[in-house]
Amino acid sequence: MALPSYATRGERIWHYLFLSLCALIFLFLIGPLLVIIPLSFNAEPYFTFSKAMLQLDPAGYSLRWYEEFFTSPEWLNSIKNSFIVGIASTLLATVLGTIAALGLSSRHMPARGAIMALLISPMIVPLIISAAAMFFFFSKINLAQTYIGVVLAHTALGIPFVVITVTATLSSFDTTLIRAAHSLGANPTRTFFKVILPLVTPGVVSGALFAFITSFDEVVVVLFIAGPEQRTMPIQMWSGIREQISPTILAVATLLVVLSILLLTTLELLRRRNERLRGVTPG
Amino acid sequence: MSKSSFIKGTGITVVTMSALAVAVSAQAQTLNIVSWGGAYSESQQKAYHEPWMKKSGDEIVNIDRSSNALAGLRAQTQAGNVTWDLVDMLPADALIACAEGLIEPIDHDALLAKSPDGTPPSEDFIEGSLDECFIPQIVYSNIVAFNTEMFPEDKQPSTIADVFDVENFPGKRTLMRKPINNLEWALVADGVAPEDVYDVLETEEGIQRAFAKLDTIKDQVIWWEEGAQPPQLLADQEVAFGSAYNGRIFNAMVNEDQPFEIIWDGQVFELDGWVVPAGKLDKVEDYLYYATDTQRLADQAKYISYGPARKSSAEMVSTHAETGIAMKPHMPTYGPNFETAIPKNNEFWADHNDELTQRFDAWLAQ
Amino acid sequence: MSDSPSTPLTTADGVPLKVSLRRAVRQSKLKALLLVAPLLLFLIVAFLMPIGEMLWRSIDNPEVSSSLPRTVVALEQWDGESLPGEPVYAALAEDLKAGQKARSLGLLSSRLNYEMSGMRSAVMGTARRIELIEPPYREALIDINDAWGEIDTWRVIQRESSPYTLSYYLAAVDHQYSPSGDIVAVPDYLQIHGTLFWRTFWMSGVITFLTLLLGYPVAFLLANLPLRHSNLLMILVLLPFWTSLLVRTTTWIAILQSQGVLNDMMVALGVIADEARWQMIHNKTGTIIAMTHILLPFMILPLYSVMKTIPPSYMRAARSLGGRAFLSFRRVYFPLTLPGIAAGGILVFILSIGYYITPALVGGQSGRFITNYIAYHMQTSLNWGLAAAIASILLFVVIVFYLVFNRLVGVDKVKLG
Repeated sequence: MALPSYATRGERIWHYLFLSLCALIFLFLIGPLLVIIPLSFNAEPYFTFSKAMLQLDPAGYSLRWYEEFFTSPEWLNSIKNSFIVGIASTLLATVLGTIAALGLSSRHMPARGAIMALLISPMIVPLIISAAAMFFFFSKINLAQTYIGVVLAHTALGIPFVVITVTATLSSFDTTLIRAAHSLGANPTRTFFKVILPLVTPGVVSGALFAFITSFDEVVVVLFIAGPEQRTMPIQMWSGIREQISPTILAVATLLVVLSILLLTTLELLRRRNERLRGVTPG
Repeated sequence: MSKSSFIKGTGITVVTMSALAVAVSAQAQTLNIVSWGGAYSESQQKAYHEPWMKKSGDEIVNIDRSSNALAGLRAQTQAGNVTWDLVDMLPADALIACAEGLIEPIDHDALLAKSPDGTPPSEDFIEGSLDECFIPQIVYSNIVAFNTEMFPEDKQPSTIADVFDVENFPGKRTLMRKPINNLEWALVADGVAPEDVYDVLETEEGIQRAFAKLDTIKDQVIWWEEGAQPPQLLADQEVAFGSAYNGRIFNAMVNEDQPFEIIWDGQVFELDGWVVPAGKLDKVEDYLYYATDTQRLADQAKYISYGPARKSSAEMVSTHAETGIAMKPHMPTYGPNFETAIPKNNEFWADHNDELTQRFDAWLAQ
Repeated sequence: MSDSPSTPLTTADGVPLKVSLRRAVRQSKLKALLLVAPLLLFLIVAFLMPIGEMLWRSIDNPEVSSSLPRTVVALEQWDGESLPGEPVYAALAEDLKAGQKARSLGLLSSRLNYEMSGMRSAVMGTARRIELIEPPYREALIDINDAWGEIDTWRVIQRESSPYTLSYYLAAVDHQYSPSGDIVAVPDYLQIHGTLFWRTFWMSGVITFLTLLLGYPVAFLLANLPLRHSNLLMILVLLPFWTSLLVRTTTWIAILQSQGVLNDMMVALGVIADEARWQMIHNKTGTIIAMTHILLPFMILPLYSVMKTIPPSYMRAARSLGGRAFLSFRRVYFPLTLPGIAAGGILVFILSIGYYITPALVGGQSGRFITNYIAYHMQTSLNWGLAAAIASILLFVVIVFYLVFNRLVGVDKVKLG
């Protein structure tokens, strides 16, 4: 957003004020995430920078909280649970969501708006309401306190993300490509695998990533419907924060920030690949 | 082969076979036991679970869900999938769970061990502590503790009234975010005799009086919701006073060397014990017999300052397992600590908890 | 092209084109529906039926009619003016006897206690001694517990004998039935849900406004930078969006608490004294700061996508026509971004009123929302009917805003990342 050469002095001041304001807001957005990273290497069990840390004294830093995390059977078990639930619900949500998105993007889909609104609703209904409702219903049908129950619940929560991303990809999908494939002699199966799939894959993968992170980060529903065997990592964090935040939680938090950076990078690469495939180059 | 050796031989076979039969009937199993977590579960682990696992080969899984145990039992029972085998619960919740048929009625004399001198359980446990579905383990107490470093040496608080005296004893207080205990203490601090507290609370004027007294410290209070918070806040000197379970404070004093002291004046004490989820009696019978005998209850008092619920165990209470200090003076039931104690009236709270909690929350939100 | 009715167009195999097209459309309709069907079925079972169950729970009232069947029948004849007669008391004694045996009185006593404090011990205490009593039951029962001698007790039992009840909804909005059956507000000192609903809405309003205030300049910057730069800055918006909610809440606890980073910094800089550390957490401030941070990306993204569609030439044109910078912004640019403001605003507001985790962790006493009270009734007070009623009211509010959002923006226009 370059300043035009004819800008007046007042406009210049205003322009730079505006840029500094934006810088401050960006700091507000990202700063908190950066603060906890060094804190998680604190050698002391405190929640703030110790003197030794500020003087960059190596003795002020340690990996003890990471060690505590990686040697605690409870934390490790909760990670295992998070991955079991996350992967299972992601697979289910992705398969169901992608198939449905194919139908939704058909021009002849009846009651499209209403159905779409329904499919997106798990994202909009407050989690505490979904959690209470699922607690009532799942305990009635013997699914409370089971892995299956938690997986089904997380699948429902992840579905909107898959539906949104895949339909978005399909809506920009050029259907003449299918006809071209047909006219060049490809049968429907071949067309699906050679033409449709490569083009929608980025959408499906980013939908799956969204579904995974939704499950991986979800506390409220697990809190209500899971039993002690299904204790996931967010639950472990939640009870830790409620009782007393130990720096171990900051170590976990740092690891999760790293995880989200990885996911974000993957998504960005997917987006670029998608644009390249469509012949759109980023400006 | 001589005749005698033949007889010996069969004798041995018979013995081995009956040993086999015993082994089969008491096949090692996994018990899911629900309790409160923290120092309390640890004391159970050391006094009951570990020796039992050694003895029987069973495996015991600790689940820290006692604070939500009634909800959990309801949900599991409704779902027809009760995964808990034994639950540590307060008598008030046990009363409700019993009436809802969620837990087993207990025939204490038939099910539990006699005391070493042969006293049946119904006489050995503290009078009035045996409810239909409830097996008491300990007497614990809700007390207010303070950090001695936050007051001058010659002016340390000693009564509940001091907790409500912001002028002479300044500093933040942390209290449980519930009306229970706080209303009782407010009245005691306001001059009501401990034995009259619940009679006064039965009246509207009494409730108003209690809230009016709480009003005087309201802006000095940080409300806690997890039992681990008050010792932490006291240790960080974020507060001068904190209401807590006496065992947690004891734990911080003895194991972490914190400069805390307990105000025993106006302690609200009650029992805590086991309940057996419906249909689980056969499974936990043997464990229960073992874990509630005189020795085991006395052993628990080596690890945490809660009084054993058996009279025969109380006599055996000796010293702390790690530090060797005498445990008796730290027990809620110890004579000097017990003078102004208030027995928690579970019937009163069963009737009025819903309404008073709502009133308390509305009061907080003002 | 001639399209006379006498010679309809046909396809190669002789079927009229119209019919053939209609058939094709019907087939692709069916195909589309079949593709969506598995997901729909799944959501009905895993999501809609639970919601239905919750709505049902908020009015379901089986306790009295199933635990006191004889009493309910006997009470049908009762005039409600004076104490009922001996047959009603005899029926009650019979019901309590059966209930005590079947261990089914716990829920009944809780249910009646919601309506009238003291009923829990009245029911349970009477049931424990029910085997010992002898006729006449009226005197015997009143002897055990005074509650049986009060007309209001019987009015409550009669009223709650219906299989459905509105009591939970009344309680959720701080109302109740008076003994005579009128709907009245509960006394001031018991009013809590209204306060919490109201607080949830106004604090969500403040949070929405703050996200708009902070999000607008950032979205404007992102929309007007060359794509290469804006993509880079966009990462700064998306990273918090992708980071675990618990992590973001934790960081705010670390920063804002009284022994936290910000207070330490301020003390070190001499801005505040050590004893006078700011109380920024476990109150409204904490909730507002943390939630503004957490929800900011939800405001920026829709604003950005709207601003992206406004050609920069509009502003230039306005300027060249002599408009001053501010005026041209207000008259030309701002109105064009209104759809983005509406979309982001409604989205943030909906998400905010349903938040549970963050207010629970940083809200303390004054910063908690109605959602925290739903959790309280689910897990602690175990008044599930009331929890369901509060949740249903909140759900209704959310659905209304969702429909508005759908009408204004269209859910299928929602973009992620």
